[in-house]
Amino acid sequence: MLDLSQYQSVGAALREALTVFSAETCLIEADREREKERLTYKDFRDRAHLLARALQDYGFAVGDHASIIMTNQSKWLISAYSVFFTGGVLVPLDFKLTPSEHWQLLKHSGARVLITEYPIWRQLSTASERGAAENVKLILVTEAPPNADLTGAQRWEEFRSTAEPVFVPRERKDVACIVYSSGTGGRPKGCLMTHENYLEQCVALTSLYPFWPGVRYLSILPTNHAIDFMVGFFGPFTCGACVVHLRTLRPEYVREAFTKYKITYVSLVPLVLKNLQKGLQARFDALPSGKRKVFNSLVAINKAFTKGQPRLGLSRKLLGQVHEAFGGELRAIIVGGAFTEPQTLQFFYDLGVPVANGYGLTEAGTAITVNDLKPFRADTVGKPLSGMQVKIVDPAADGVGEVYVRSKTVMAGYLNDPELTADAFSDGWLKTGDLGRFDSTGHLLLSGRKKNMIVTEEGKNIYPEDIETVFESLSVKEFCVFAANYVWPKRSMVGEQLILALHLENGQNYTDELRGDIIARNNRLLNYKRVHGVVLVGEDFPRTASLKIKRNILAARLAQLDRASAILPL
Amino acid sequence: MRTLEQTTQEVVDLATRHFNVAAGSLAPSDDFFKKLGIDSLQALELLSRLENHFGIELPDYEVQGVSDFRTLAERIQSRL
Repeated sequence: MLDLSQYQSVGAALREALTVFSAETCLIEADREREKERLTYKDFRDRAHLLARALQDYGFAVGDHASIIMTNQSKWLISAYSVFFTGGVLVPLDFKLTPSEHWQLLKHSGARVLITEYPIWRQLSTASERGAAENVKLILVTEAPPNADLTGAQRWEEFRSTAEPVFVPRERKDVACIVYSSGTGGRPKGCLMTHENYLEQCVALTSLYPFWPGVRYLSILPTNHAIDFMVGFFGPFTCGACVVHLRTLRPEYVREAFTKYKITYVSLVPLVLKNLQKGLQARFDALPSGKRKVFNSLVAINKAFTKGQPRLGLSRKLLGQVHEAFGGELRAIIVGGAFTEPQTLQFFYDLGVPVANGYGLTEAGTAITVNDLKPFRADTVGKPLSGMQVKIVDPAADGVGEVYVRSKTVMAGYLNDPELTADAFSDGWLKTGDLGRFDSTGHLLLSGRKKNMIVTEEGKNIYPEDIETVFESLSVKEFCVFAANYVWPKRSMVGEQLILALHLENGQNYTDELRGDIIARNNRLLNYKRVHGVVLVGEDFPRTASLKIKRNILAARLAQLDRASAILPL
Repeated sequence: MRTLEQTTQEVVDLATRHFNVAAGSLAPSDDFFKKLGIDSLQALELLSRLENHFGIELPDYEVQGVSDFRTLAERIQSRL
């Protein structure tokens, strides 16, 4: 691995890696059973330089913003490196957002360049909101069919210049990326992540979960997500490892990729991990009783021998068939994006497959705590990574309080929003809004949220303010969306739901027609963003002088109601 | 060549069999996530079944944001 303390920027470290590891394979891209591409670090550099120089010829300069909206593939990473090489700031956006949300964030980010894929561009180009993002001047589209109408965009593959590009150095404190943690329907939260944030986080993470030439990381989480950006790009690249991209994430092709490419690490969200568990459990349950007994005994032996620490060699011998199904080389599954239930973590660990469970939020880099497997603990989110200061503020009698973080991996603030930035920090500590406590061994146990938001099992952060626009002009006096656990605090990190608080007009009833209208509007939201039920409120919502709803006071009023009977399911 | 109506009906029928629900209980306009209580992974599994049935390849991005049978059928129809 490169000594990252020697580098000032993400671009400088990557540039060195492309030279040091030039003959190693850095990327494999597969589409179903077909391998589409296999690049060495040298191939990668050659392709990126063509794009970097063309960007420079176009006038893309130091500090300019360039956004990427793409599924996980080689051109994502090549484009990102070109942006860093030319001193730009990368704005990675979630390709799963709607075109309207994309344009809103493109406008907010001030992106001058947009790099995207043809199917995504097809939808973006016809969206009515396109005109609002006048800042986007250059649009590069990958994989467009020969006769496609690009409506003002250029082909990524043809946007190239063979002259040598000029590397533009950046300082550690400069912004490397603007990563949106929320705000697609309300107030955008563009986290300003510095080069130092990434360099420091990479050192901390790879000290626990190292990469080296020959390691193969299966990139499934979207690369715009902090986890995949770190462990599916920057981490492996600075260590000479290889990233495997799949163009389809159908379970059968993902399963095949493990064995075909002998995957070493993979990152998954809890939903996928649970699905894997379900599938494996069903296969174990289907074993004839004799074989099942033998299998259970082997699991018990593995459990006994791995109590203190993982013993991969032993586990692979004892439970060979299970490990072969994962390709035989898997060292750990990294799980993130949302809270994972302990029994799921334990299930995999008992099979000899360690799960690197941790806790983090975009604002704090990739991860704040990670399970160090010394020993494995399914009931916690691990210990703070090196360089992380974590404290519990205002703890209750049971030790549970709000988690605060301070480290070199914490963002510089929110883009163009000093007020939000000031709210996010207290004396230099990032207020996470999550509740937890430390146990006597220094492990962090999370137990709920203080903030008004939910995280789905697919790792999606949903802020109530962001989805309220869909209920605008609803024929009621007023409404407000809440996370149910924010109103009725619950010591739980799973099964979180949103509720819609409604104050009806005088004499108005909650009719089937009104309910139908709410359901129809709710269905316009992506399924994971939908509200679960309605709570009727009989009095005016408390408001500020500028007529904004005082959400905390309204929540306190709702909390007086009985949760079970107050929520009318939709 | 199938009509869109035929394709839609075949999609609904196949989902009915795949998720083992009562015949006639699914409608083209149904939100399959909500009606069937499935997650995104189970939806991808259905997609694989549909690909085999119709003999097409449907890239993941084509079904991004799609949650009802009729729209799903339209995406399939455009590739038949």
